Amino acid sequence: MQLALARQEGSNYVTTMMTIRKLGYGATRAALAVSAFATTGVALAFGDKSVTDLPGGPRANGLDFQPAVTEVADQIKMLHYGMLIVCTAIFVIVFGFMFYSIVKHRKSVGHKAANFHESTAVEIAWTVVPFIIVILMGAFATRTVVAMKDTTGADLTIKATGYQWKWGYDYVKGEGEGLAFISTLDTAQRNLSEEGKPAGNDYLLKVDNPLVVPVNKKVRIITTADDVIHSWSVPAFGVKQDAIPGFVRDTWFLANKVGTYYGMCSELCGKEHAFMPIRVDVLSAADYTAWVDKQKKALAAAADDPKKVWDIAPLEARGEKVYLANCAVCHKPDGKGAGPVKPLDASPVVNDKDPNAQILTVLHGRVPQGMPAWQGKLSETDIAAAITYTKNSWSNHTGQLVQPADVVADEAK
Amino acid sequence: MSAVLPHPIDHGHDHDHDHDHSHGHPTGWRRWVFATNHKDIGTLYLLFAFTMFLVGGTLALLIRLELFQPGLQFFNPELFNQFTTMHGLIMVFGAIMPAFVGFANWMIPMQIGAADMAFARMNNLSFWLLIPAALMLVGSFFLPGGAPAAGWTLYAPLTLQMGPSMDGGIFAMHLMGASSIMGSINIIVTILNMRAPGMTLMKMPMFVWTWLITAYLLIAVMPVLAGAITMTLTDRHFHTSFFNPAGGGDPVMYQHVFWFFGHPEVYIMILPAFGIVSQVVPAFARKRLFGYTSMVYATSSIAILSFIVWAHHMYTTGMPVTGQLFFMYATMLISVPTGVKVFNWLATMWRGSMTFEAPMLWAVGFIFVFTMGGFTGLICSMAPIDIQLQDTYYVVAHFHYVLVAGSLFGMFSGYYYWAPKWTGVMYSETRGKFHFWSSLIFFNITFFPMHFLGLAGMPRRVADYPMQFADFNAVASIGALGFGLTQVYFLLFVVVPAMRGKGEPAPQRPWEGAEGLEWEVPSPAPWHTYETPPKLDRTATKVIG
Repeated sequence: MQLALARQEGSNYVTTMMTIRKLGYGATRAALAVSAFATTGVALAFGDKSVTDLPGGPRANGLDFQPAVTEVADQIKMLHYGMLIVCTAIFVIVFGFMFYSIVKHRKSVGHKAANFHESTAVEIAWTVVPFIIVILMGAFATRTVVAMKDTTGADLTIKATGYQWKWGYDYVKGEGEGLAFISTLDTAQRNLSEEGKPAGNDYLLKVDNPLVVPVNKKVRIITTADDVIHSWSVPAFGVKQDAIPGFVRDTWFLANKVGTYYGMCSELCGKEHAFMPIRVDVLSAADYTAWVDKQKKALAAAADDPKKVWDIAPLEARGEKVYLANCAVCHKPDGKGAGPVKPLDASPVVNDKDPNAQILTVLHGRVPQGMPAWQGKLSETDIAAAITYTKNSWSNHTGQLVQPADVVADEAK
Repeated sequence: MSAVLPHPIDHGHDHDHDHDHSHGHPTGWRRWVFATNHKDIGTLYLLFAFTMFLVGGTLALLIRLELFQPGLQFFNPELFNQFTTMHGLIMVFGAIMPAFVGFANWMIPMQIGAADMAFARMNNLSFWLLIPAALMLVGSFFLPGGAPAAGWTLYAPLTLQMGPSMDGGIFAMHLMGASSIMGSINIIVTILNMRAPGMTLMKMPMFVWTWLITAYLLIAVMPVLAGAITMTLTDRHFHTSFFNPAGGGDPVMYQHVFWFFGHPEVYIMILPAFGIVSQVVPAFARKRLFGYTSMVYATSSIAILSFIVWAHHMYTTGMPVTGQLFFMYATMLISVPTGVKVFNWLATMWRGSMTFEAPMLWAVGFIFVFTMGGFTGLICSMAPIDIQLQDTYYVVAHFHYVLVAGSLFGMFSGYYYWAPKWTGVMYSETRGKFHFWSSLIFFNITFFPMHFLGLAGMPRRVADYPMQFADFNAVASIGALGFGLTQVYFLLFVVVPAMRGKGEPAPQRPWEGAEGLEWEVPSPAPWHTYETPPKLDRTATKVIG
């Protein structure tokens, strides 16, 4: 074995080619060819040229952080560049030594092993110097750490609540106080995903109701969650804050550019984790005021009186919308469910004369089986509408009508 | 100890006989089920770990299959989450940890001149506990609701929503934890009590040193994990509210407890690899290990520091600013002793007389790629950057650089280095080199693009992703397939021939520069080595009588 190796390494010309050859020339060449072929193949076959950068979101084949629109995100970017430079310098020095040694200090070029095996001076040096380097790194980052935690003096405070699998936004303080809405992935996008036919620049990032904030104002985001841990993240702002059930945490940003910015839930939160995007629209002060006015008017108009008694047709029509936006993700638009998700079509609970079992299931969910609790997330009118819709759709023809008041009664149970 | 001490003396009586078969030690399946010989148990551990490695690898390929293109082509997101969770659990608890225990079983008694491990029967139990644990873990795919899907970190309260498989997973981890603790006690007692006269602590081979430290880490943290998952279990079934916010519990508390285990666990998975590389590099540089003493101190410092950095996994949970600063500085400090180790390896290579057989290739590959993982670790240690990168593919890239290119490459180095001693036959150098280069290249094709994905903002543990991430994901998937096939090649063309005894007979010391007691016995190593304590020379690397 040793002899064979010595023979193989016995030739005396020292070139780079020779080095490669010693390290297994055939294997290298084969593996390189395979990898080059594979990479090119991928680029040709799958490089969808229609996909381009999404402003405020990911860039096509992006190599770096998304463009920063807050001071903090900018500092993070600079810190990262600094770290890259330092690490590259250390990399070049350390591996410069290693590869020099690999080329020169090999038996095949006749190098005889030296006999040193310790040097206190050198060992102290390479302990102390890295120590100083990392302390300096830490010192540079400290300012940003402190800045990121300073949520005082906010112009606008918004509570972001993570639900499985949507975001709820409540404007707690500042211009727009009192506004509240739910932000969900656009249903069409979820279907595209299911069908395996993704399309569009904002694939999986398009939402029904984006969070809207004014430009150049300090916005404090309070996070919490209703069920499991989620994480509210917008890379362009340099913000990522876990939303923890039972606890409140906060973070802040001050966007300095009007635009639309995107993020995705960044803590595994169950089945639909990939499908709860965040979209923030940053508007000019005037546009923001106009938006707030419009929302307030719409809110007043849409406010439901849970005591109102509905006819079946308008309630079913409303129920269809509620169902498709909230229930169809799991129970499917045709009510047949999928896998562990129970079908609603022909379900004995749905077709039962007594609607209370269904109302209670919707209100409290069947959490271990994956059905979330909807109490507080949808209004009583919406819940009544969705249940009425399921009772009178597909093969279900109960003719039953569930009034918001029925839901209110069950909420008390 | 008393139960074990008579063991070598018993064999002493009939030392002149053919002692491979003269004691009536069990043969056939009994040899393995009732195994008490450290070499047999080491083999069992290694085979078990490699099997689990293939299972976990298959899951990884299924993950990469789904992520090859955007859109859901193959699996529903729930099943995808089960794959990521089980891939992590199986690789950590089923593959890496048992594999290193396998190395420890084989090598520690031989390296310190002992007859066997201290507690031979406990050794048997600690291996065989792994089998029901693995069956329970892998079998959970077939339970109602499928396997656990809360991520390998098993964060509450998502774990409280899981089906019955979560309980199976928790019990499996209890068993694996018990197995690890028994294995660790065995290793510590063996090292401290059974060294041959003259083998002082500061003359022990580095692999033995790193395992001694690892074993203490395991004993310290496995009960912490057991506590965390037991609390999860009682939250699930007995109406406690340790982590359940609905009852006033604190989900972040789970993370603190978990990572108090989890961070030392990271070093549990890498320190033995440091030990292997510290033995291979001097052997092929034909030069003593540079800075042996500082190596020992650096390893100990890493172990101690690993207990005060856990919350760097949790910057985004919203810690107070002082907490963030403390954990940031402490984390950065860990890079100092780790750097010392890398520098020591380079200084060992420096002005040596190197050859590059497969063990050395893997060791140099380890140093190179592990250091890249170290750099990204340094970048992640910086709290503001980490908050941007937390739970993105950058983190996935980082920890695969240290765990695959670190632990796994270290183990491959150890395999090629010691397999001639285990099997008595040499591996094929061409195949070893092909295995190395193919692994190195495909590894980088798989995981290097993930840095870019993470920087660009792709979260981890997602079954589908925006179109902008498509190309790098496709590249990573192809790399993963290549990497996986390379390991099948290793099994079929390196391991299987070695187990069948095919190949040139291995000399007692196949490596010119290798030192240590394992090279003082024939290849393959006899059934019992060092039945009576050997007499050692001054450096404790040679037997002199």
